[in-house]
Amino acid sequence: MQEELFISGRDIPNIDPYLQIWHWPISVYLFLGGLAAGIIFFSSVITVLGKDKEYVGAVKYATLVPPVALSLGLLALVYDLTHPLYTYQLYTTIRLESPMSWGAWVLLITTPLTFMWVLTYYSEFVKNSSKRIGFLVKIEEFLVPYRKQMAYALIPLSIILGVYTGILLSAFNARPLWNNAILGPLFLTSGLSTGAATIILLAKSSAERHLFTRIDLALIVLELGLIVHMIMGMHAGSQVQLEAMQLLVGGEFTLMFFGFVIILGLLVPASIELMEILGKKVPAAVPAMLILLGGLIFRFVMVEAGQITRYLY
Amino acid sequence: MRYAMVIDTLKCVGCSDCVVACQTENNVPVGYCRDWITEVVDGSYPNVELELKSERCNHCENAPCVRCCPTGASHIIDGGIVLVTPEECIGCGACIESCPYDARFQHPEGYVDKCTFCHHRVEKGQSPACVSVCPTNCMYFGDLDDPNSEVSNLLRNRKFKTLAPEAGTKPHVYYLI
Repeated sequence: MQEELFISGRDIPNIDPYLQIWHWPISVYLFLGGLAAGIIFFSSVITVLGKDKEYVGAVKYATLVPPVALSLGLLALVYDLTHPLYTYQLYTTIRLESPMSWGAWVLLITTPLTFMWVLTYYSEFVKNSSKRIGFLVKIEEFLVPYRKQMAYALIPLSIILGVYTGILLSAFNARPLWNNAILGPLFLTSGLSTGAATIILLAKSSAERHLFTRIDLALIVLELGLIVHMIMGMHAGSQVQLEAMQLLVGGEFTLMFFGFVIILGLLVPASIELMEILGKKVPAAVPAMLILLGGLIFRFVMVEAGQITRYLY
Repeated sequence: MRYAMVIDTLKCVGCSDCVVACQTENNVPVGYCRDWITEVVDGSYPNVELELKSERCNHCENAPCVRCCPTGASHIIDGGIVLVTPEECIGCGACIESCPYDARFQHPEGYVDKCTFCHHRVEKGQSPACVSVCPTNCMYFGDLDDPNSEVSNLLRNRKFKTLAPEAGTKPHVYYLI
């Protein structure tokens, strides 16, 4: 039995006693990236299906969020780099084995598209024609006919973006908590759910709100299933994975994970949404806000707990 | 050519000479280190065992740091040495997250730094700084592809282990036990 272990001559900043390489900006980015992916996915699907006149909250108002979210997320990512002057090196190569590499490329394509999407609604946002800026109107006139084509491109891009936030973490076999294949789908589902919650907040009609409440409830059920899968997978895993699971189930992060993510962030909003679907009068903003908060805390828990899990020492 | 390091845990006394030699040779900033000593005590009195060893980057054959690097700054050169090009490194930390040995760190100037197997010395036919100063001669460096090299002989004739082999990295720092 191992009694004691000393590591001498080593107290490296951010590495010892456990990793603190990725800080809050990464968690915030993972949340914002998932949120943007969710909104883009829904607005694109609605546009492709030709229902954009019925669900204006999703295709018009909610799509104001992704460009802001992605820009802030990218800023957060660059802020957490320690050698940021060399950021351009990301775009001198494509390395398919590195999720961060293709993620950076997907962001480079998706972010401008989300800005262009908002511009296609420019004259609808700025009702007073005398206040419109000339060249933006020209861009709008140019882009509007291509809205459907943009939607076709954005559907796969948003799915990749949403999955990428999870795969970014699951690609590290050195961190047993992250190293499970379910994390990609789980983060995508969570991102879609936060996207649906934002659309509920910005919905313009009760029909739209009810549709996205239904979608969100289904996504929450799916997300809970994936979380159970994740825990079960680690429960049946190797020693390092068992130790990783302990952090979430009966460890340092249990309160955060079960209290704030699962109960307050998933079960409570799911019950309220269920009541709404059953016809009870409930404030729709409450479950939506809880889902957004739960999604954010989920990213924080996963990023921080994952960096504690390791193979040695 | 496949460089490897072999460290005899039965001869190591944990003096940290290798750590200081590395810091001096490679100008490692104060407070950082590219190699370090671990002391593991097993069992309870009177059946106690102490294992001392010097650890560093394992220059893995299946290096997760190289796989995860988004810019290609982390790369493997001839001889299997894993290196980082500071001018290509953006300091994202992906390689640090991916290393099961926690052998990498962010240099105060921002780029990621770690053991280089002293490739600037190896190129000239010298052994790495840590190996050359070890007072008990418990460290060996050489070519695994050469069946007659000292490291090949040691691994043929002695029991050895590698660190966290279950991580699937195929490390190239071997510990004689």
